[in-house]
Amino acid sequence: MSVHEFKPDLPPPSSSLGVVGWLKTNLFNGPVNSIATLVLLYILVPPLWSAFQWIFLNADWVGDSREMCTSGGACWVFINDRFGQFIYGYYPVELRWRVDAFFISLAVIIGLLVYEKTPQRAKLGIFSLTIYPIIVFFLLNGGVLGMEPVETHRWGGLMLTLVIAIVGIVAALPFGIVLALGRRSEMPIIRSFCTIFIEFWRAVPLITVLFMASVMLPLFVSEEIEFNKLLRAMIGIILFQSAYMAEVIRGGLQAIPKGQYEAGEALGLSYWQSMGLIILPQALKITIPSIVNTFIALFKDTSLVLIIGLFDLLAVGQAALADPAWLGYSVEMYVFVAFVFWLFCFGMSRYSIYLEKKLHTGH
Amino acid sequence: MFKKLPVKSVVAAAALVVASGAQAEDATLAAVKSKGFLQCGVSAGLPGFSNPDSEGNWQGLDVDVCRAVAAAVLGDASKVKYTPLTAKERFTALQSGEIDILSRNTTWTLTRDSSLGLNFAGVNYYDGQGFMVSKSLGVSSAKELDGAAVCIQSGTTTELNLADYFREHGMTYTPVVFDTSDQTVKGFEAGRCDVLTSDQSQLYALRIKLAKPDSAMVLPEIISKEPLGPVVRQGDDQWFNIVKWSLFAMINAEELGISLENVDEMLKSTNPNVRRLLGLEGPKGKGLGLDDKWGYNIVKQVGNYGEAFDRNVGAGSPLGIARGVNALWKDGGFQYAPPIR
Repeated sequence: MSVHEFKPDLPPPSSSLGVVGWLKTNLFNGPVNSIATLVLLYILVPPLWSAFQWIFLNADWVGDSREMCTSGGACWVFINDRFGQFIYGYYPVELRWRVDAFFISLAVIIGLLVYEKTPQRAKLGIFSLTIYPIIVFFLLNGGVLGMEPVETHRWGGLMLTLVIAIVGIVAALPFGIVLALGRRSEMPIIRSFCTIFIEFWRAVPLITVLFMASVMLPLFVSEEIEFNKLLRAMIGIILFQSAYMAEVIRGGLQAIPKGQYEAGEALGLSYWQSMGLIILPQALKITIPSIVNTFIALFKDTSLVLIIGLFDLLAVGQAALADPAWLGYSVEMYVFVAFVFWLFCFGMSRYSIYLEKKLHTGH
Repeated sequence: MFKKLPVKSVVAAAALVVASGAQAEDATLAAVKSKGFLQCGVSAGLPGFSNPDSEGNWQGLDVDVCRAVAAAVLGDASKVKYTPLTAKERFTALQSGEIDILSRNTTWTLTRDSSLGLNFAGVNYYDGQGFMVSKSLGVSSAKELDGAAVCIQSGTTTELNLADYFREHGMTYTPVVFDTSDQTVKGFEAGRCDVLTSDQSQLYALRIKLAKPDSAMVLPEIISKEPLGPVVRQGDDQWFNIVKWSLFAMINAEELGISLENVDEMLKSTNPNVRRLLGLEGPKGKGLGLDDKWGYNIVKQVGNYGEAFDRNVGAGSPLGIARGVNALWKDGGFQYAPPIR
């Protein structure tokens, strides 16, 4: 009995493989698409090419003064020269290790929290929300254990942006959850308080909140009580963002079917038990994209503090532009700052996509 | 640039509340001495006037006023903490006591002096609206600008001053209006206009932003008055005097030829004016409530007015602003200080 042997499969035609194949299926699969591709290429290539030339080919990278910028492209020498300020603001150079320690510890903690197999992850999470911020505050501010104090008006750059954004994110989420639950509460006083709070802060532009906090507040309190400007800004941002967060989470709470609430009650769970064990885990899961969206908006909104004279990443850049030795390199500065913001926001966005996939229990 | 003040009325109202309230008088000097540093409000970044250098130290002509006051009061020009302020925040910051002195290119006007609860302690820079033209235009005076296209920034008093000036001299012009100063420069560079007008101190900074700064020049005419100077709270005359005379000491030092380098030699001088400024004889520091060496400390640590001007905005800086009206009175400028005696 002869065994029938199949012949090996023929390879697909070369025109559907590799680069050529990809081009054919995606860009040139028909006369209309081919023409559209060519027209778009004609429009897009020249500006992209000149941007590429400006950023890389004709750029100057090393040096210490504007005389080094002779090639006609981007003058990254300027960014190089001010790089320390972009990262640390006006933090004293010899004490910058403290900021480095903050950056490194933050990266390690975030890394450990993101990695699922970390032992004692829950405890680490609690530590990072309670004790860790206090340690970081004393590390950066100094004044204890013989560390030289560095007042907040010397903080700046990426460090200040991160501090404001993280404080805002970490504080706005729990406040937002409480406000969202309060707004759906059946107790009239709590409900109306939360509703008024949310509607008030949501209806005011952040720039107004910051401006009031910085300009008007000092007029109404006595001279002895000196509020720190950074603290004032942070409180403003937290109040503002928690109102937004509350509405995002309320959306999630409303999306949970009524049966889930009733099931919790039927099981004899208390209000907090049914919220904590049944409702919130589901509500938070479905609101992840919106929560991260709010976080990204918050991260970018932090640069508004520049209007009250705090030197976040963008404000440090603008101050650097005022140096007579470096006048006229605004494009480089904005490109650089935009790139840094993009890195962080893109990172957050990727993590949220990963979380969504992981938590997707599917129906 | 900072002439528009939308919150003016709010600030004025707030000022009344504060001024009539519990504002402690004659307390600033004691407060500064006890905390050991001077809190100084500056601009968050204005080339040559106040900007952080690459080490993060504040520098500029306005900053030097703060340093001079700190040198006079505390004997150490470095004991200053800077509060960067926006144009809108600046007066409330001073009124609320957040800062001790405001040195932030603030124009001295009647309204500000009389209704905000503030006192202007002198003029450290006489600014005014000027013109920048391309050298290829072959113009050497603003009076030859008849029929020119003029680049301006919208919504500032610059626009009104320009219209007044051209009408007064019976000339015509075509306005080319832009939104921000950066756009205005780009417009000028692209040849959209023959002339760019703005405050003179700004023109020099804008000129550096051109691809070829040497191709443009600033005309000598000034068509508006913008005297810029340090500001203090009203009601504390002792502090007002200290700030005023710190600035006068810098101007007098230049007039007497006392500088950073020769101040120690000058201690041996026999010129009575020099000896009085350096606190060797005469009124010394008693009337101001300061150390006798206050004048010496200012010159030793900050330098005289001419040096500060040169270093920050003048020939020794990238801006290269000519002394012009900011020269000493004996050189044909406006800078004149009452004598120390």
